[in-house]
Amino acid sequence: MGMRKVAVVGAGMTKFVRRAQETGQELAYLASKMALDSCELTLEDIDSVALGTGPDAFDGVHMKGEYLSDGAGAWGKPYMRSYVGGGTGVFAAIQGWYHVASGLFDTCLVVCEEKMSTCQPHPQGAFMTIFDHTTERPLRPNLLWIFALEMNRYMHRHGLEKKDIALVSVKNKRNAADHPCALLGDPNITVEDVLASEVLAWPVQRLDVSPVTDGAVAIVLASENIAKRITDKPVWIRGVGWSLDTAYWTNRDLYYPKYVEYAARMAYDMAGITEPRKEIHIVEPYDPFDYKELHHLEGLLLADKGEAPRLTADGVTQRDGDMPVCPSGGLLGVGNPIAAAGLMKVAELFWQLRGEAGKRQVPGKPRTGLAQAWGDLMQVGTVVILGI
Amino acid sequence: MSINIKKFPGTPLSKEEFEKKVLSIYQVPKLEYAWDAGVAIGRYLAELKKGHIIGIRCPECRRIMVPPRVVCEWCFRPLNDWGYLEDTGTVNTFSLCYVTWDMRRVKEPEIPAVIEIDGASPGHGIMHRLGEIDPQEVKIGMRVKAVWKPEEERAGAITDIKYFKPLE
Ligand SMILES: [Zn+2]
Repeated sequence: MGMRKVAVVGAGMTKFVRRAQETGQELAYLASKMALDSCELTLEDIDSVALGTGPDAFDGVHMKGEYLSDGAGAWGKPYMRSYVGGGTGVFAAIQGWYHVASGLFDTCLVVCEEKMSTCQPHPQGAFMTIFDHTTERPLRPNLLWIFALEMNRYMHRHGLEKKDIALVSVKNKRNAADHPCALLGDPNITVEDVLASEVLAWPVQRLDVSPVTDGAVAIVLASENIAKRITDKPVWIRGVGWSLDTAYWTNRDLYYPKYVEYAARMAYDMAGITEPRKEIHIVEPYDPFDYKELHHLEGLLLADKGEAPRLTADGVTQRDGDMPVCPSGGLLGVGNPIAAAGLMKVAELFWQLRGEAGKRQVPGKPRTGLAQAWGDLMQVGTVVILGI
Repeated sequence: MSINIKKFPGTPLSKEEFEKKVLSIYQVPKLEYAWDAGVAIGRYLAELKKGHIIGIRCPECRRIMVPPRVVCEWCFRPLNDWGYLEDTGTVNTFSLCYVTWDMRRVKEPEIPAVIEIDGASPGHGIMHRLGEIDPQEVKIGMRVKAVWKPEEERAGAITDIKYFKPLE
């Protein structure tokens, strides 16, 4: 296709916290600096900067891309901010990829920042504005509704119970106990804890949901020649894919995310992957709610429709299982600073595939991983496949 | 995390620190909007005021859609084949919501639902609320009917339907 090979050569992240003392700019700087330091580069080595961040309404700054640019190292450089809701974190990596794959730049610093704690009394106020202003908002919806409606539909179509789904939350929060940046790691959490947690919007309960979080993540991308000079362990971006479904979300069956399948097929084709269940060794699907991990595994064609809960119950998705899913701890465990959470998944694959994930290391020398994010009005899928 | 990295930046604040020490500026931006209903939704609202749910049919994919729109997003062609739908339907999915948007608890749950409207293509519904029902009795697949506001109270809004209730 005439595209150049692109590698991830460095990564950095801040702690994920409920409220950070640092501003968004400061968080972006801390993650960016760490990513550059990790591969012994300076800003002079960076040709372009790609930024991902959530709604301007979180920050009350109606030029958030520009506001964050100084912290993201974009001074005097070609710079672009993208936003596709919760899908932003993985999309920003795709955006950085085509900056380099196109031949336009040899390096790109990809930065994702989110500071949700600024929005008072709760960032739900900003989320409410995603609903149609004329046909939906007069019904006074809140964001939990769409998740609850989708989760209930998914459970209904496959005859699932809450306990089948709670296992995901338990797995991810336990995995996160090994992550030094995690907000909600808990080595002792049980299914009973999840099932006994406060009901927010049935079937969604408190421990089915990831928390409001502040944090930032950055990665450094480089073209093949440059990457090999920077590191002897480049992690290649083998495939990317993204797709958007209609915003008329009440006109489609929410039990299955077709747009995630389209995004995955695009990425598999690019990576030359014909049997994803055998060829993908680590999966980091988007898990802002526990059922979403299952929903996405099915959309990614890594489980048959309705079968992802059984894989979870059988231990297949544990860190030492046949197909480890969210070994990082995911959004449910590490935290959910929206755009940063998506890029955290890409950074996790980078560390895992280099064998640098420490206590979280997936055994068996994994060679290929997939990160996926999701967002907007239940309509966007973004996928990146990394390999060594 | 990378085993090469020992220390991670970022300074967590407690709730108390956040409220007492850090937050120095508090501002409520005042933004007001007046949305045009548009061509398709304008007609939809005008028909709601008269007590009808109206849909629109695509001549190419033959879908009958609600809410109506001026262009079929599948076929990307203009639509103008309007037709009345029933004010009855089937619950496609629902929730029992015990919190408000700012996470305050409510005693009696709100019951948002997607309702597939009779006369529209299968799977084509709208978001609305359910009422006049014990929350524990709500089921996916349940048949429901719109409960309209009295004619003189209707404003040409989605809330001209108060909610949907079980169909006897
Ligand atoms: Zn059509």
